[in-house]
This record gives sequence, C-alpha cells and structure tokens, in this order.
Amino acid sequence: MNQPPDQTVPLLQFDGVHAYYGPVEALKNVSLHIHPGEIVSLIGANGAGKTTLLSSVFGAPRVSSGKILHRGDDISATPTNLISRRSIALVPEGRQIYQDMSVEENMIMGTTPIGMDHFDEDRTAMFGLFPRLKERRNQLAGTMSGGEQQMLAIARAMMARPELILFDEPSLGLAPLVVKRVFEVLGEIAALGKTIFLVEQNANHALKLSQRAYVMVNGRIHLSGESASLLDN
Amino acid sequence: MKSNILSMLSKQALLTFTVSLVLFGPISGLILDGFSFKNELLKAVSLAAVVTAGRVVISLFQISAIGRKLAAGLASGHNGITVKTGQEKSPLFILVLLFIAGLSLPFFADKYFLGIAILALIYCLLGLGLNIVVGLAGLLDLGFVAFYAVGAYLLALGSQYIGLGFWGALVIAPFLAGLCGMILAFPVLKMHGDYLAIVTLGFGEIIRLVLNNWLEFTGGPNGASVPPPTVFGLEFTRTAKQGGVPIHDYFGVSYSADYKFWFIYIVLFLVVCIVIYAVERLRVMPLGRMWEALREDEVACRSLGVNHVFTKLTAFMLGASTGGLAGVFFAVHQGFVNPTSFTFFESALILAIVVLGGLGSTVGVILAALVLTILPELLRDFAEYRVLVFGILMVVMMMWKPRGLVRIKRPAFFPGEAGRGLPAGAEVRQ
Repeated sequence: MNQPPDQTVPLLQFDGVHAYYGPVEALKNVSLHIHPGEIVSLIGANGAGKTTLLSSVFGAPRVSSGKILHRGDDISATPTNLISRRSIALVPEGRQIYQDMSVEENMIMGTTPIGMDHFDEDRTAMFGLFPRLKERRNQLAGTMSGGEQQMLAIARAMMARPELILFDEPSLGLAPLVVKRVFEVLGEIAALGKTIFLVEQNANHALKLSQRAYVMVNGRIHLSGESASLLDN
Repeated sequence: MKSNILSMLSKQALLTFTVSLVLFGPISGLILDGFSFKNELLKAVSLAAVVTAGRVVISLFQISAIGRKLAAGLASGHNGITVKTGQEKSPLFILVLLFIAGLSLPFFADKYFLGIAILALIYCLLGLGLNIVVGLAGLLDLGFVAFYAVGAYLLALGSQYIGLGFWGALVIAPFLAGLCGMILAFPVLKMHGDYLAIVTLGFGEIIRLVLNNWLEFTGGPNGASVPPPTVFGLEFTRTAKQGGVPIHDYFGVSYSADYKFWFIYIVLFLVVCIVIYAVERLRVMPLGRMWEALREDEVACRSLGVNHVFTKLTAFMLGASTGGLAGVFFAVHQGFVNPTSFTFFESALILAIVVLGGLGSTVGVILAALVLTILPELLRDFAEYRVLVFGILMVVMMMWKPRGLVRIKRPAFFPGEAGRGLPAGAEVRQ
C-alpha cells in the first residue's frame, strides 16, 4: 500500500455503537476501526446488520449510544449531507444509481461534495478505469447491465475524491465473472491510495482482497483479525 | 391456434358480460317508481351486450396485424427518455417563429379565442410550476391550487386594503407564494409519496376554507373584485377610474374592451416565456440536477452530500412562486375572485397537465396545458358528454403513452477540455 497503516488516529472508528430500527436493535455494541490506507472487510450473513452499520455512518439510522469517529471527531450527530464533505463516499447496496439520468450526469452528481473544479480530470481518470462507461457516457444509466451499473456507482463515488470509500455488497446480484472484475477494480482503487471498507457476503473474495476483517453476527462483531487467518477458518 | 383464440375470446366475452350485467342490473335494470320499482332487466342485458361486443372488437383489433404493430411500436419506445448527443440542431429558428406567432396572436384572434388562449397560458404557468415540484423533484403535491389562490387573492385583497396594483402584485406574488411554499415544505420534509400527497391536499383545502370562511377579510363566498390593470398610468376602462388616463384617449383611438385582454395576453405570454427559460436553465444547473436526483433516489443523494432540506425547499418555493404568478393573471383576467375557483378539481387538473405532459418535460407540460384547456372548449358540441370524453381520452392516453406526450430529452454534458477531446456523440450507441 502507498500509505503505511501505522498512523495512530483511525480514519474511521466505531466506539461501542448501538443503533435501533424502531424497537429492533440492529447494532449491538459495535466497535471497530479503520486506519488510513487499509482495506478492511466486514463479512456476515443476511440481516447481520452490515448495511445498517454502513448507513449509520451517514446518519440513517442515527446511533442511539456510542460514537462514530472520523479522524477523532465524533460524526454521529453530523447532518448527513456534511459527512460526504469529510472525504467519505458510499457505494450503496444495490447500486442505487440515478436510473433516468445519463452516465455522465450520474458522475456529475458524484462531485456534489467538492464541486466541479476537478470534473474533467476525474472523469478522464474514471473513463480510463472503466472504458465501458466511456462508451456509454450518454446512455441512460438504467439501461445498462448490472455490472456496468455497479461500475458507474463506483465511479460516481470516486468523483468526490474520497479518502475512504465504503462499499456495500458490490458483488450483489452480479455474474461470477463480473464479480471478479469488481474485485479487481477494488484492488486498483486501493492501489491509488484510497482506504476501503468493504461490506460483503462473499467472504472468500472479500478476505482475499482485504488485510483485516471483522465478522458480524446478529448485530455484534463476532470475530476480528487478519484476513489471511480468518480465511483459514 | 384458431380454437385457442376462439376459446380465449369467448372466455373474455363471458367475463365482460357477467361483470357488466352485475353493474348495469341494479343501475339501469331496476327503475324506481314511487315506492316500488319497475323491472327493466331487458335494458340492462342489452347494455351489457353492447359492452361485450365492444370488448370483443377491441380484442380482435389487438390480435390483428395492425393492432400488434401498434402495440409493438408503442412498447419499443423504452422508457420515453432520450439523451441528447449534443449534435442536435438548435431549434432557435422555430423558437423565434413561435415567439413571434404567440406575440401577434391577439391581432388575429377574436375575443372568445383570446380568452381561451389566456386561460391556456395560465394553465401553462401552473403546469410549469407544478412540474418543478412533481415532475422534477418528485414530490407529489395535491394542493398546488393553494398557491394559485394566494396569488389571485393577493391582487384582489391588496388592491382593496393597501391599493396594490397589477404590477405590484406581479412582483410580490412570487415571494408571497414562495413563502407559503416554504411554510408547507417544512412539515413535509420527511414525507414521501402518499403521505406527502395527503398533507398537501389538506394544505390546499385549508387555504380554500380560510378564504371561504373569513368573511370580514376575504369577503367569503361573495369573493372580492379585482381592479383592471394599468400600464404607466394608462387605464383600460372607458373612463379613468384609478386617477390615470384611459388608454384609448391617450392614443386617440376609439374605445374597445379588447385592449385589456390584449394587454393581459401579451404580459402573460412574456412571463410564460421567461418562466420557460428559467426552468430550462435550472434543469441544467446543479440545483435542477439535484431535484431530479432526489426524485430518483433520496438515499443515494444523502450519501453523495446533497442537502435534501435545501433541495426540497427550493423546489416547493419555486413551484409555488410560479403558481402565485398564475394566480395574479387569473385574478386580473376574471376581474373577480372567489373560493370556488380554487377547489381540489383545479389541483387535479394541474396534476393531470404535468402527468400527461410527461413528468419533467417542459415542452410536454406546455402541450398538455394547451390540450387540456382548448380540448374542453372544442368538445362543447358534445355538451354534457364532454367531461366523459375528456376522461376517456385521459385513460387512453395513460394506457398508451404512460410516460407522457413528449419524450423527455436529457441534456448531454460536455464541459471543458475533456469534453472537446471526445467528439460529441461519436461513441453513443444506438
């Protein structure tokens, strides 16, 4: 990795976080930390609370107790739209691109936190990373294949020049070959010096990519450690 | 194959006949006669037979070659949205032509037609306003008529209490209506879909009921009169009533009541043009894109850092402002306002304009506004059936062109160097 993961303040830290959906406790005393330059994955079954954990970074749901710290600042009560200004980007589950907008407009939307100053440069970079998007730049995003939409969701997140990118199940509903390509892209993004927090059900792929991993069961962190050792389990 | 079709047809016919018999049986088969009723089941059966025959004819048409071709043609338009390639010819020439034609309309049209044209333009304005809220930002607003009423009553009551004139009202109305839009927007920020629709519906009714019941201030159901417009102190009445000079005296021509409508039409036409321009500009600006993004996916918007409070507020406020403008023109055109002009039916009609025009399409909204105001006039020959014909047209329209009259065009985007490096549209796949 470009940056040695030895800086003392974590880029993102969950400190004893509890969160509820109505009466249901979705996150139970979750603590984890991600250092700059790391690739960390969070694996777990359906309904374990993985997506909740990621969306709680963006304040939906708000944590009821505990803290979410970004570079040491508590962001658990920060307005949602200001969180992306702290160089955190989310690639949401099920892609959630803007179906009725063109590929380029989707990418413009990605620049919301930083403005259009770097748009040309970043777009060229993204078209280099995803040649398919360049071919389809004027096509409606909703008419593309699932894999292409996933690429667009990643490109859109990258347009905000984030330090930390949260990926929510990027392999969801994609063909095995496409999944492989998605994970290659994640590796390329990590090589650019981005910190990656990857939430996945596909444990095999995720653990091969990441350095450290957490395993989540029923809203709790069940296991944590080096990815390689978890892979042996 | 043949027998297949036959059995399908007979099944459909039987079902249609049964359902229509159930419906027509009590409605037209039993006729009240004093305290008893006459049995005229034969009438119900014949009506049901007519309906069944109609159903069979439609089915036969659908399986015929022409019907299939028609259905395929309608289905192939994917979702009714095309992305521009940036190489389209600029429609400037046509726009200029339309502008001149529109501006010179009063000199050709008779008074009756000019009245319809003014009404059509008012609905254009309302449609454009609601299109921001519903079409672009995706917030279903069923109480849009409230802002229309605010604009209209601003002029009526303003002239009555503080001597506000047409021009003053034209300037203040967007701000006052925008303020009302903001008042409505705050409580509904977290609402979606059905819930939002119900709250806005309530808001529309509240405004109407206040206007209806606050007798001392608004005049209640008796309404309030609106003074005729003036231009630079010139008045459109036969004799000056507001301390100015009658316009026909000033220019030394004979009096005609038409001048007032010419004047209203031309100002209205210019305002509509300005609003169209503003909306088209907004659509390619970040704010407009945020509205559309919010309509598409609110969760994704939040994580991208879109301030949804600001985005929703501006949509409501700008939509309301446009509605307020329309209200001023409505008031000055009618010369009188009362609460019956601002019922839920108006809201529904404006919503129909937006939906029929294709949510989000400016050209579509304008077309739909023209169609929906001019069509009922053309249908006057059908007298009491015209609302029925109108309804049927809307049902047919929604079945065949659910994404609206006009295909939405998305702007292609080519900023700066990188845009020029890539030849526009060269790589678009068709």
